[in-house]
This record gives sequence, structure tokens and C-alpha cells, in this order.
Amino acid sequence: MKQHPQKKVRTDLNPSRLLTFKIDERDVSAHEDESILTVARQNGISIPTLCHLDGLSERGACRLCIIEVKGVAKLLPSCVTFPRQDMEVITNSERVVTYRKKILELLFTERNHVCSVCVSNGHCELQNLAVELGVTHVRYPYLYPRHAVDASHSRFSIDHNRCVLCLRCVRVCDEIEGAHTWDIMGRGITSQVITDLNQPWGTSETCTGCGKCVQVCPTGALSEKGKSVAEMIKRRQFLPYLQMMRGRQDDSWQK
Amino acid sequence: MAKIRLATTWLDGCSGCHMSFLDIDELLIGLAEKVEILFGPLVDYKEFPEHADVTLVEGAVSNEADKKNIVMIRARSGILVSFGDCAITANVPGMRNRYPVGEVMKRAYVENADSVPAGNGGVRSEAAGVAFQTVPPLCQKARPVHEFVPVDVFLPGCPPPPEAITFLLTELLAGRIPDMTGRTRFGA
Repeated sequence: MKQHPQKKVRTDLNPSRLLTFKIDERDVSAHEDESILTVARQNGISIPTLCHLDGLSERGACRLCIIEVKGVAKLLPSCVTFPRQDMEVITNSERVVTYRKKILELLFTERNHVCSVCVSNGHCELQNLAVELGVTHVRYPYLYPRHAVDASHSRFSIDHNRCVLCLRCVRVCDEIEGAHTWDIMGRGITSQVITDLNQPWGTSETCTGCGKCVQVCPTGALSEKGKSVAEMIKRRQFLPYLQMMRGRQDDSWQK
Repeated sequence: MAKIRLATTWLDGCSGCHMSFLDIDELLIGLAEKVEILFGPLVDYKEFPEHADVTLVEGAVSNEADKKNIVMIRARSGILVSFGDCAITANVPGMRNRYPVGEVMKRAYVENADSVPAGNGGVRSEAAGVAFQTVPPLCQKARPVHEFVPVDVFLPGCPPPPEAITFLLTELLAGRIPDMTGRTRFGA
């Protein structure tokens, strides 16, 4: 899960190398261990993301943050790609934009995202991305799969119909809460997030009921019980703060 | 200036998009001078016209009649607009797609049927369910309009907000194909 290179503690003896490269024709500078996504954001260049969340490790799952690098045939996810000296990155070419739209459309076809009757309607990152990328319809056939809803937990429920497999829940549960209740099973399009050994959430022995997974979920897949359409507003402010406090415990502010 | 010939229709929808169309309020008066409404739930013509310049289609393609009608509507329309989420994604009508048609019918008309129907004078109904000879059979799945015929403009929303409908019609009246990016979204 933790693919992100560990940030080294910098001292005078092993300083982080500074690089200069180009994003969208602009000269930018970066530390070698900063992702292209991070550097772009530092420079006010916006790249759409879905699985990325500040405070969690990167996974490169959703592919929405793809960018073009001059001399590289493949499009690369900017959240897990690191700069090289003199690299030339393009974040908004027609090719990149076209593929981002296709990726988003495929996400909509894979499950049953019925926005109009969703607890997260109006507060959903997937719904917002469609507006941002100008997706007014989906050009691929919808699969309309049959997925379950697990409401066995006393306070939360999961609707797999609305899951985009970003695995933020898995990461926050493992990396922040330290419980690792969530994980993933299956492959490709049949993948599904599970609690413990694929058992009802309510019977999980490891779940602490902290609700972090619910708050980081970008869609209405994870929600608090008792919320009706458009009522589920996620609160994510705790995450960078928790990270900061953990860093202080470790006697390091650099985590 | 010749009036634009407008038709509106619904397939498998709830009429919410048409209600939102009415919600453009006083703009309807100005619109009436520029637009001739040929067909739709808001007017009383029975036959779809031979030719409409613009047609707004609400609702998903859900039964055999929808399938037949949408081909006819496409052939007789200049600009075809997918009007609202049901036409674009199948939306709420598509929520039955996860279940076999037989199961859906049984749930709706047998298991959930009132044993004492309204207007039956408090008398229990003997018939379990309804006979379906006179209504078009449901397709296995409700599907978006553009999976059957080419669509020119997509207007998402459940329903699309009146402002977006106004923008769409204004652009069409000006002879432009509207770009709806950022003006409306999937969902309410």
C-alpha cells in the first residue's frame, strides 16, 4: 500500500536535491522527493484528482491526474511520478484531457452512481469532477451491476454501488487509525472493498468505529446512518491536523 | 422571423424536467413569441409532428414503445436534446436494472399491491397483480436515449435547473448549439 518513497530526514549531510523542470512551459523548481502533482499545486497549476487525499499515502489508482511527459509515450499519473532535471511536463494537452474524460466516464459506467438519490448529492467529488471536466453524458454502455449495501454497522453503512475503488478508506484505516479493518478483494472490475475477512461490517472485530473511512470517502459509498439525499457532508479537516500531531510525537515536523 | 418549432416529450421519466421547464416562469411569455410548441405534455396535440426543429426528450428508454418512439422522434427532429438525467444516464428508472423484469413486476404489482385498492369501495381485490396485455412490455434494462439514437445536446440534472433550460433555449434560438459545461450537473 505504501508506495510513496519514504521522505528522508534532511540534514546538512544528505540534503534533498533541488531540481528545475518545466510544467506547461513554466520553469518550476522542486525537491527530488516531491511528486509532480505536489509541485504543480505549489505553482497554482490545477490537476484533477480523485484517489489522492492530502495526508494519505499515494496510490495512483484513479488515473485522473495523468500528465504527458515529453519523450515518454505513456501518460503518467502525476501523484506517483517524480520530477527529473529538465523534464518537460504537460498537464492540459488535448490528449490528456480526452483520456481524463474517458476515465471518468468509465468510472460512471462501472457502478450505479445515481446522483439524484445519493446521500452525497451536491457534496460528491465524482459528481464535481464531471462538471469540472465537462462530462455531460457517458459514451460507454452502463453496466448496471448488482451490488450490495451493508448496513450492519450500528452507525455507518456502505453502498458498494457508489464505490470508485479509490481505497482512501483502506489507507486511512491502516495509516491513520492503525486498525486496517478495510481491505480489497478481487481483481479489476470485480474488485470490492471489504471489512476484515469479507464479513458484515457490524461483525468486524477490528473496526474501532472511528468513522475516518466515512469522512474521507469521496462519494456516497460510505455514509453515516440517518442521512437522506444530499445530507451527507464529509469532514476531512482532521486529516492534515492528525498527521501534524503524529509528526510532533515522532519528534519530527517533516513527516 | 419564423418561429422555432419545438416539441417536448417524455419516455420513462417523472415529468420533473417538464416541471422545471415551467419554472422558467415569466420567461415563458417571451418564449411563446419565438417558439411554437407542437407537441408534448404541456399542449394537447395527439400526434408527434412530421418535423420539429428542436425536441426535448425526458426519460429513459424503458419499454418497447419507447424504443419504437425514440427512432421516430429522432427521424422527425432537427436538434434532439436529452433532457435531464433519466434520458442521459437512465437515472432512477435504471435502478431496476439490477433485477430481472419479472422480479420487478412482482414486487411492484403483486407484493406491494393494495389488497384493498383505492376507489374499490373498501372491497378487497380478488386479482393478484394486473394483466399486462394492453401496456408495452418492459425492456430488460432502462437505458439512456443516446444508446439508441444520436443525440445533439445533453442537459443533465435531476431536474435540470431552470437557468440551464433558459440558457439552452436562448442558445438554440440564437442558432448555436449550447455548451452546457459547468451550467448543470448529474443529480439534483
